[in-house]
Amino acid sequence: MRTAFIEQLIEEAKVNDKVFLLVADLGFSVIEPFAELFPDRYLNVGIAEQNMAGIAAGLAMEGYCVYIYSIGNFPTLRCMEQIRYDICYHNLNVKIVAVGGGYAYGSLGPSHHATEEFGMLRTIPNMVICAPGDPREARLLTTFATKHNGPCYLRLGKAGEPLVHKSEITEPLLLGNILKVANGSECAVFSTGAMLKYVTDFVNDNKLDASVYSFPFIKPIDVQFLLPLFKKYKKIITIEEHQASGGFGSAILEYANEMLNDAQIEQIPFIKRIAIKDKFYSTSGSQQYLRNLAGLTLDVADFNV
Amino acid sequence: MLQSNMISSEDFAKQIRIQVLEMVHKANASHVGGALSMADILAVLYDGVLNIDPLDVKNEQRDRFLLSKGHACTGLYAALALKNFFPLKDLEQYAADGSKYLSHTSHMVPGVEISAGSLGHALPVAVGVALAGKRKNATWKVICLVSDGELNEGSNWEAILFSPQQKLDNLILIVDYNKIQSLGFVKDVIDLEPFKSKFESFNWDVFEIDGHNHTQINDALLKCNQKNNKPKVIIANTVKGKGVDFMENQILWHYRAPNADQLKTAIQNLNN
Repeated sequence: MRTAFIEQLIEEAKVNDKVFLLVADLGFSVIEPFAELFPDRYLNVGIAEQNMAGIAAGLAMEGYCVYIYSIGNFPTLRCMEQIRYDICYHNLNVKIVAVGGGYAYGSLGPSHHATEEFGMLRTIPNMVICAPGDPREARLLTTFATKHNGPCYLRLGKAGEPLVHKSEITEPLLLGNILKVANGSECAVFSTGAMLKYVTDFVNDNKLDASVYSFPFIKPIDVQFLLPLFKKYKKIITIEEHQASGGFGSAILEYANEMLNDAQIEQIPFIKRIAIKDKFYSTSGSQQYLRNLAGLTLDVADFNV
Repeated sequence: MLQSNMISSEDFAKQIRIQVLEMVHKANASHVGGALSMADILAVLYDGVLNIDPLDVKNEQRDRFLLSKGHACTGLYAALALKNFFPLKDLEQYAADGSKYLSHTSHMVPGVEISAGSLGHALPVAVGVALAGKRKNATWKVICLVSDGELNEGSNWEAILFSPQQKLDNLILIVDYNKIQSLGFVKDVIDLEPFKSKFESFNWDVFEIDGHNHTQINDALLKCNQKNNKPKVIIANTVKGKGVDFMENQILWHYRAPNADQLKTAIQNLNN
């Protein structure tokens, strides 16, 4: 995903001379092509994320479309107040990119497990939150983020994720879009971020009659697309590589509750949330190992309607 | 272009102080001491140093002034109102219900570049603005005013460490060194001394002045125009509560608002 991101960012920067990339001394063997092509719009600010977020705000005030790039929790949790107050309160054109979403850096330990940032960022007004399901979505979201005039968070996996979308998605992604990946009848899986490959494989391997939707946007989600899904499916499974509290599944529940309150739906479908259950994991392990440990797995029985 | 008043910058500073006192009295607000300590710096800045047009506050060629010690915003609001960025009468709305004149600096107010209330935020942003100026070969400058206590915040030191690396000689940092922070004297909480040599060792050009002497403030700001690849810092030695004898050097006046009698006495104090 990070390769798809940087390649697309270079394409964006070729046609938009406002694109500026700041890195906090991370991005070895990723960001070099951008730095070489656009030295006037690139800077390594050093290992200082609060300063990076502030500098990004200042550059954005002067008209730049600023990307800040680091890994894990460093460009988000480490500088959360700068994101809230400097970037989001002033509604500035800053894009925050974190590589290593979820347990992507599994064996590096909880310092590098990015599993709480959706919840923190979701509460901040003006913030758009994106998590691509595969490299194709990462490209589309990079284009989206560059065109969107305001704060945006992009949670990437790492390198080498397989393509899930079999062919190029020809339509540009619009704010809040949902992508249908597999077609079933009564049950649907709502997946966000890098869980998508696991979900589609599980549904295919078990020949399940279930729809799969990828949610490149966690905030906002376009209710025009979401509402028919609540009406269509009796059972919805949400899955994410994030704490259950405040994450993607929570957002889905909140939307459903709002729609019920607004009488847009008569009842809320059965919703099962698969997310991390309020725990840190101190065990070393690969991404898949930790996902299994945290219970981020599907069961065929989940699909019984 | 900001026009110099017919009055002296010293009289302008006095007018700022009077407006500050009126505002905090009416709103029963805190932070009068830190607004009074920086009044002379603001008076010099807005009396011809800053290239800012009250009728064109977003002009690309303007100098950018970012106040980081947002709790002392009464001083900035007063200076802007007295320089016709908005009607002086608006100051009566300070901290009132439904007002845009928040009691921490608000960028909704004409002439204010950035909202500031959480300490240690505006300097990194000012650094970003200065970096943009460098990348665009702009001629305007960026001035950021911070408090001394605020320099406890690590984010400032990230920015201070960073700025010489990028040769940001278009950046001027002013420290309102009034020696008092929220719960005590700066030297007793986290001593900043040796202050001047700290900045020098970070590769900044340092000018230490009396922050109430308008000639010294003016001279230091002039010296800051030098293009030598180094960011500039003015350590302005000031007195918290300056100009009102019973407020000077008193921690109490970080919090307390003057009552009607105290307001009257304070203004008499300033007029003498």
